[in-house]
Amino acid sequence: MTKYLLTLMSLGAIVGFQSCKMKTTEAAVSGDAASKVYVAPGKYDEFYNFVSGGFSGQVSVYGLPSGRLLKVIPVFSQNPENGYGFNEETKPMLQTSHGFIPWDDEHHLALSQTNGEHDGRWLFANANNTPRVARIDLKTFKTVEVLELPNSGGNHSSPFITENSEYIVGGTRFSVPIADQEAALTQASFKANFKSTVSFIAIDPTTGRMKIDFQVVLPGMDLDLSRAGKGPSHGWFFFSTYNTEQANTLLEVNASQKDKDYIVAINWKKAQEYARAGKGKKMATEYYHNTLNEENHTATSEVEKEVLTLDPNELKDFVYLIPCPKSPHGCDVDPTGEYIIGSGKLAALIPVFAYQKITKAIADKAFEGDYYGIPVIKYEAALHGEVQKPGLGPLHTEFDGKGNAYTSFFVSSEIVKWNIKDLKVLDRVPTYYSIGHLMVPGGDTKKPYGKYVVAYNKITKDRYLPTGPELTQSAQLYSIDGDKMQLLLDYPTIGEPHYAQAIAADKIKAQSAKIYDINVNKHQYVSMGEKTTKVVRAGNRVDVYMTAIRSHLTPDNIEGIQVGDEVYFHVTNLEQDWDIPHGFAVKHAANAELLIMPGETNTLKFVPTKAGVYPFYCTDFCSALHQEMQGYMRVSPKGSSVPLKWHTGKTDSAAAVAAVR
Amino acid sequence: MKKLSVLGRISIFLVVGCVVALWFLPMWRIDLAAPQYPEGIYMEIWINDVKGDVEVINGLNHYIGMKTIHKEDFKEFVYLPITLMVFCGIGLLVLVLNRKVGYYVWTMIFLTIAGVSMYDFWKWEYDYGHNLNPTAPIKVPGMAYQPPLIGYKKMLNFEALSQPALGGWFFIVAGVILVGVCFYEWKRTKNQLR
Ligand SMILES: [Cu+2]
Repeated sequence: MTKYLLTLMSLGAIVGFQSCKMKTTEAAVSGDAASKVYVAPGKYDEFYNFVSGGFSGQVSVYGLPSGRLLKVIPVFSQNPENGYGFNEETKPMLQTSHGFIPWDDEHHLALSQTNGEHDGRWLFANANNTPRVARIDLKTFKTVEVLELPNSGGNHSSPFITENSEYIVGGTRFSVPIADQEAALTQASFKANFKSTVSFIAIDPTTGRMKIDFQVVLPGMDLDLSRAGKGPSHGWFFFSTYNTEQANTLLEVNASQKDKDYIVAINWKKAQEYARAGKGKKMATEYYHNTLNEENHTATSEVEKEVLTLDPNELKDFVYLIPCPKSPHGCDVDPTGEYIIGSGKLAALIPVFAYQKITKAIADKAFEGDYYGIPVIKYEAALHGEVQKPGLGPLHTEFDGKGNAYTSFFVSSEIVKWNIKDLKVLDRVPTYYSIGHLMVPGGDTKKPYGKYVVAYNKITKDRYLPTGPELTQSAQLYSIDGDKMQLLLDYPTIGEPHYAQAIAADKIKAQSAKIYDINVNKHQYVSMGEKTTKVVRAGNRVDVYMTAIRSHLTPDNIEGIQVGDEVYFHVTNLEQDWDIPHGFAVKHAANAELLIMPGETNTLKFVPTKAGVYPFYCTDFCSALHQEMQGYMRVSPKGSSVPLKWHTGKTDSAAAVAAVR
Repeated sequence: MKKLSVLGRISIFLVVGCVVALWFLPMWRIDLAAPQYPEGIYMEIWINDVKGDVEVINGLNHYIGMKTIHKEDFKEFVYLPITLMVFCGIGLLVLVLNRKVGYYVWTMIFLTIAGVSMYDFWKWEYDYGHNLNPTAPIKVPGMAYQPPLIGYKKMLNFEALSQPALGGWFFIVAGVILVGVCFYEWKRTKNQLR
């Protein structure tokens, strides 16, 4: 078997090489490409491109077509740049049932949809490692909610979304014993104890708040990717699977034995009916649900204790399997909602299934058998047709809304354009190199913009200046306006990008928040103006109510702190002007800085371990006198008699104390 | 023939209407632009309030030692509405008395209010731009920051444009009507005497 795989890979390399034979990098770009991506200084890009940050745990935002990096949004990883996960307000966002987990592996993104189109309200992101799903508010570009998923191991087929944002899903990549049980790592134990789950996370249509509505418990196999049906297939979800062999070791070989794995088709409307009718089973568990309140700028964690599970062995007719060659990775639904494209990553063809045929096969009971009690539809009964010899290693497919599909090929490093109806290959372009996901703006919706396709590549040797053994990943922008795809631009990305989403800038730009209105700042420790600043001691806890405005901190002299005190700096940025954040850093603080937006309050915890004088200062170059935006804290030995006092701008500190009080 | 013409009497309603508009519309507007404020910042002066990006302007001006602007510091915001209310009252009185001389007096009152207001505005701008805090962080020798009374002026990195806002234009229209009608009534008197 290993031999077979090796042959396949080297064959792939040869085919890949030949498909772009003798094409140099320069030759791949034609003359007017630069003008098509040139967005003049001061002009805006047409699209926001949200790109997953892979193992960086973040999301990056690029402008298209310029490829300019606009922002990095921390989601599942701490970010010292702005204190996310370090400051007291956002620490709860990274709490899980296994404690504080400050990193994750972020793969896929889903923009909220209304009527099958991106609506610009929220962006959802998955965490692969410690199964979680996050919601980012597109008014503030901040992570406002993180929901942990129980009974899950590797939240990979996530967070794909339905056409009216009814649900996003979280499907298990690693099947695991559910209810947090321990089990032996043998094949017998795997078959008996290991399960896959799909969590259906309901989205509150007004607040966006997430809630696990129910979980579908499936036999142990690896769920890979997913898509919701749309139009006629609205009400269904499709998941690709691998390792239906149920191997628990050396999957490289052992999970590549079967000629076909499955696409799991779940009728979620029916599942929802079962759940509403009380037919599910409530399972005791524990998972965290963290939300950031943007009125008080503070996150809180709740612990959920229960999850409703649905078993397709007991509740019939809502889960079906469709055979799909060979270890399918992608599983994509076209804009009409009629065609489901499976991509066997070890297959040399692309199977296209038709929704109408699937429903007919179910009605006719055209089954070839069952898998752990779940009916397996006959391959031919569900099949619309196969794209023959498209390339090697098909992974993902996006659509232009004109009946064309664009499939990425990892092994042969290319994008192939083909027609969904007649399954004819129309065009192919090389990528540099080893493309994973690809994305057409709106390509997962009912109405793709169909202007560009972006490749997200795994390897970039020779594309950019070398940077030691590790090179950046890359995204490549191709025009798909005409009959032929045309490479326009490539730009480096952070982490390892997986999937991405893009939305017309107009749907977001106008609603973007400029400031937080300080008058409605409900932070527990806000200082509404410099006159209300103070320092309060309660035992060994000291709360410093501080303000920042160009170009001073109030108070900027603090005395009476003692070694071992837990000092909380609650800094309120009094500015009410766009793009005037202030930073706050204290010498020897053992976490990070704060970066406080106009009208916002953030808290830095500092526990001094030695007596001395500790400078603190603003880190964000805010004004002509930014460098002067600094102060001192005096830390005395424990039990010292130095009284607590503070001031700004008064040379007589005793008087200042009186004035402030 | 000391009575007002029909036109004169109608004009009283128009003038009062124009003046009343000041309660609903801004009087004056100062626009500022600088490289770091491409979207521009502005200040609007209402009959009893100052609106717009006042806090932003206050934040910027503290570097050069200018006073911060606060609605509470303007006694004008109390006097001006009262004055204009009285002015409107007098107008109605003129209507009832129906005497040309009343109309002439009323116009004089208007012009006095307008003149005093502009002088007051200029004086405020002068103080605001000249009375700088001696401990200001940035001092530019010989520099004052008096905004233009009306029109355009470049001040350091800022460009300033000062002009009447919609309410201000209504006020100006009121003045034009008053003066025009006075002239008309006076002409009419002369013709009738002949
Ligand atoms: Cu600052």
